[in-house]
Amino acid sequence: MVDQSAVGREFTPVTARVEPGRLRFFLDTLGERNPVYRDENAVRSAGYAAPPVPPTYLFCLEMMDATIPFEFLSALDIDLARVLHGEQRFDYFAPVVVGDVLTFRPRVASVTEKKGGAMTLIVVETGVTNQDGAHMANVSRTVVVRNPRPS
Amino acid sequence: MSATQLKVGDRIVHKEFPEITRHRLALYCGASGDHNPIHVDLDFARKAGFPDVFSHGMLVMAYLGQALTDAVAPPRIRSFSTRFVAITQLGAKLTCEGTVAELLEHNGEKRARLALTTKDQTGEIKLAGEAIIAL
Repeated sequence: MVDQSAVGREFTPVTARVEPGRLRFFLDTLGERNPVYRDENAVRSAGYAAPPVPPTYLFCLEMMDATIPFEFLSALDIDLARVLHGEQRFDYFAPVVVGDVLTFRPRVASVTEKKGGAMTLIVVETGVTNQDGAHMANVSRTVVVRNPRPS
Repeated sequence: MSATQLKVGDRIVHKEFPEITRHRLALYCGASGDHNPIHVDLDFARKAGFPDVFSHGMLVMAYLGQALTDAVAPPRIRSFSTRFVAITQLGAKLTCEGTVAELLEHNGEKRARLALTTKDQTGEIKLAGEAIIAL
């Protein structure tokens, strides 16, 4: 079971480029028709140099380009089948647009046992910087691990 | 959108989405990079103790984000967070809503805190969250 010794643990940084084709697939999958993401005039009038990404897309970019999928789970010896997503948070400091190259640096922020050890909540916080080193966002995910009953 | 127009209690976010299908989950798997088989592989889901596959929480949050950016231009969003309150099953028809919960100011910037929810067709809350937006 994951314990406090995991707090502060860092995982392999992920570098991801915001590619227009991949972003279009995401928009199409969600039925997203908002011109702010697609129409050049709408993009410019909203003040962007290039189309922005939707609010949750940072989460996807990190997963798409991770060289080790679900690394924080395998590194902490957690079975993927026992994990649920508990909470998700994004703090945005500057708009991410198509063409940006982002670096994600994930680390374990906290580990909390719940229900007498039946569940463990793990918070992974990820700082996101762009190609100029600017701090664009923080992404925080809370995963809920359903621990096996002790035998 | 200006501070003088908005008041606490205003519902500014409202959008309904088509029902969640297996096909949508398969597409989202590829489009999001989230390849957790629990959302697309029935055998895997059953072995994990679930009766069927179920939606990625982040697909539901993406719908909530879509409803949000229909009402608020993306650069005005300062933060966006949710709790995943309940699993979203196949067939769910989701409605996303947001109301102004508080008007505030941060370093001279006028902002609003929106209380956000996603419910299915039975009214069960799937996601409960909030967004801070600049006015």
